[in-house]
Amino acid sequence: MLLRHTPKEIVERSALTINPAKTCQPVGAMYAALGIHRCLPHSHGSQGCCAYHRSALTRHYAEPIMGSTSSFTEGASVFGGQSNMLESINNIFTLYDPDIIAVNTTCLSEVIGDDLKQIINRAIVDNKIPPGKTVMFASTPSFKGSHVTGYANMLTAMVQNFAEKTGAKNNYVTLLPSFIEPSDMSEIKHIAAEMGVQYIMYPDTSGVVNAPMDGKFHMYPKGGTPKELIRASGDSRSAIALGRVGTFQAAQLLDTKCKVKTDILDLPIGITATDAFVDTLRKTAGVTVPESINTERGQLVDVLCDKAQYVYGKKVSLMGDPDTLYGLVQFCKDAGMRILHVVTGTPAGAKWDRRMKELTGEGTIVKSGAQADLFYLHQLLQNDRPDLLFGNTYCKYISRDMDIPLIRTAFPIYDRIGHSYVPITGYRGGLNLLIKVLDILMERQDRDAPEEKFELVM
Amino acid sequence: MVEILAARKQQVLEKGKDVFTIECEKPSTAGSVSQRACVFCGSRVVLYPIADAVHLIHGPIGCAAYTWELRGSLSSGPELHRLSFSTDLRENDVIYGGEKKLYAALKELIGAYKPNAAFVYCTCIIGLIGDDVEAVCAKVEKEVGIPVIPVHSEGFKGTKKDGYKAACEAVFKLTGKDDITPVPKFSINILGEFNLAGETWIIKDYYKRMGVNVASCITGDGRVAEIGRAHRAKLNVVQCSGSMTYLAKMMEEKYGIPYIRVSYFGIEDMSKALYDVAEFFKDDKILDNTRELVKSEVNKLLPKLTEYRKDLEGKKAGVYVGGSFKAFSMVKALRHLGMETVVVGSQTGSPEDYDYLKEITNEGTIILDDTNPLELSGFILEKGADLLIGGVKERPIAYKMGIGFCDHNHERKEALAGYDGMLNFAREVHTSVTSPVWKYSPARIKAAETARVAKERLV
Repeated sequence: MLLRHTPKEIVERSALTINPAKTCQPVGAMYAALGIHRCLPHSHGSQGCCAYHRSALTRHYAEPIMGSTSSFTEGASVFGGQSNMLESINNIFTLYDPDIIAVNTTCLSEVIGDDLKQIINRAIVDNKIPPGKTVMFASTPSFKGSHVTGYANMLTAMVQNFAEKTGAKNNYVTLLPSFIEPSDMSEIKHIAAEMGVQYIMYPDTSGVVNAPMDGKFHMYPKGGTPKELIRASGDSRSAIALGRVGTFQAAQLLDTKCKVKTDILDLPIGITATDAFVDTLRKTAGVTVPESINTERGQLVDVLCDKAQYVYGKKVSLMGDPDTLYGLVQFCKDAGMRILHVVTGTPAGAKWDRRMKELTGEGTIVKSGAQADLFYLHQLLQNDRPDLLFGNTYCKYISRDMDIPLIRTAFPIYDRIGHSYVPITGYRGGLNLLIKVLDILMERQDRDAPEEKFELVM
Repeated sequence: MVEILAARKQQVLEKGKDVFTIECEKPSTAGSVSQRACVFCGSRVVLYPIADAVHLIHGPIGCAAYTWELRGSLSSGPELHRLSFSTDLRENDVIYGGEKKLYAALKELIGAYKPNAAFVYCTCIIGLIGDDVEAVCAKVEKEVGIPVIPVHSEGFKGTKKDGYKAACEAVFKLTGKDDITPVPKFSINILGEFNLAGETWIIKDYYKRMGVNVASCITGDGRVAEIGRAHRAKLNVVQCSGSMTYLAKMMEEKYGIPYIRVSYFGIEDMSKALYDVAEFFKDDKILDNTRELVKSEVNKLLPKLTEYRKDLEGKKAGVYVGGSFKAFSMVKALRHLGMETVVVGSQTGSPEDYDYLKEITNEGTIILDDTNPLELSGFILEKGADLLIGGVKERPIAYKMGIGFCDHNHERKEALAGYDGMLNFAREVHTSVTSPVWKYSPARIKAAETARVAKERLV
């Protein structure tokens, strides 16, 4: 048994992370960058980082994930990466012809102190960037934050580089989603469209990392937000940021830089948070909620009523990314579940810890950041066993070891498909999620029922 | 026409048309979408399967997270290698140094898991901030009494190949420890076999049937104690030559053990691997056993292959793998299925390797070093391949293009080594190439249509 060594007794660890519940910033930045149309993510550092990030996203999405690298060698590490970066810019535009290169830094280039701003200026001065093309960057060393903060930094860089206030307000509402699946991005667009709201959303990875198979390899699939729209977001009538940890910084910048009135909400997962999103959208865009959205909501509530007794009172533990976790916990509470543990490796900050604690109430263990890893979660579970676990693929070891059903809702998911096609946001996403939870719990009940209590109608 | 970066022109060759020797073993061009990884990755993949050692990644979290369960190397006993340990360096550690953290982490780990050895992998950042990892390891080793071995695998210090070398140096430190435990007369070590999907067990069984003892497999299903007596085997059999020839050379120099290079993929190479060992021992019994084994296995296998061959005859394949030695075997193995290799390349081949590939492939075959998706997909299209053999990052490219795929890298689920492996390989290729799903591929529909029209014109 793989995890037989995990002791029940929890001892404070000072220096060691075992089975991390997070990964590093550049992969999040790369994912965000893929949500811009015709954008090539570029990793400024040695080859390994880029290869790992591409592998991780390739495994998660089962899609070709593009990303170039500065290919640092020892020389670059000693003398600085400027010449590698300039050569990269040149080669990339010559061969791959993207509209935008979105550079993420690595530990290595951060520690040697490469100044990307200066290097990009150099490239502009030397005419290495063709007209109409952009090179942007986000600072994303691996020794800070996690994949979620990396995503947040790249999103902020999008606002920084493109959003422009011309003074002529347009009718768009700008939507800034946190680190979520392309399916969730689609669902948010669906709600906005259904409500008749003119919107700009970025990043938008739908159609990029869940692109259809058409018999060709595309370096740049059809999806992603065109940079013209990101530019126009500076003139939008208002903005709604969804998921505080992933979008706060970008939302604030859009507000201060372009004076766009911005509401920062939680990710619309579950009824309460989706209500808040729909309501804010209604107010800010001056529209009414159409019958179709009410129907979607009503269906979710209906199914919850129909089968509430199967989830009510069930104990649940969750690991994942801070914004998604907030939504999932809300969702579980709506269903009357008891939250035992919430763990995220992302250092989400004291404010997140506090809000989460307020949401879950006393008696729930909430831990984020250092040593909030899967080893710790496994220990917690041994002390207080839940009926259900939410988490990423790596939780499958714990799930198997303890015979606790697992719902895969976090990054990465390497062993199941569907997450990039089936949303968990919005009312329809809530319904998907609820059905998944019910399926797994009722299946479990069937499996464990003694012969005389095994019944046809549930 | 496939576009190639000017700096890469000498890294791509068409057999029969180009006469130059391929340029290789050089860093990737800056800005390319390279499929390669780093020094750390090289060390990690080689040492990974040593299952009763802890593998502590000294650095920020990413390096540990991405190499957690990196390859499906199975263990018949302990599974410490499948956990992910990291010092998870933060900004302050980068500024003030991570030695204290490393020391504390090692002590915590060794205390909790009681491993037989510990490897400490130095990542990019360690090379830069200059932690004295040697000193910390030496100190802990003295305190706890197990080998604590630094692996100098700073990512930027070269290519994946340099990581193999660092791993060899680390393993070498574990050799020569045990002169007491009996080691049989006809003993070999297998080097560079990583027990993906249990392949080591298949190979070990063949040697057992020959009457040859495998003293240690480095590093598939690896154990510290076995490596400790590896120096008393008579022969080193190097499977993955790219990663382990260096260790074989060190062992030859220090312990006088000769080595041979083999491959366990495909019928000829597998048989040759067994015969080479048998001939080395010059023992009649072993030779007889080997003949018997090869004969029975091949006789069992061939009729089954013929079945698959019926559907695969005339199909074309692209091969892009990490090590070039594996590519040789693929070209030959595909031939047994009636398939022709039209594109072949590797991440780390040497000039001699590419010359050999030139020798064994047909005219018009594209040979590539350190390619990228744009080139690779371009040549696949140009040459009309029906199958791609590669790794993680190549799989979705093949599928998007509507052709079959076979993973011959870390993520393979089926054992592909040995005669059993050849059958698995044939089955996998057959399943993938003949899958009904491809009939929905617009590219295939178009190609079929073009072919139909051309045929009609002829009539």
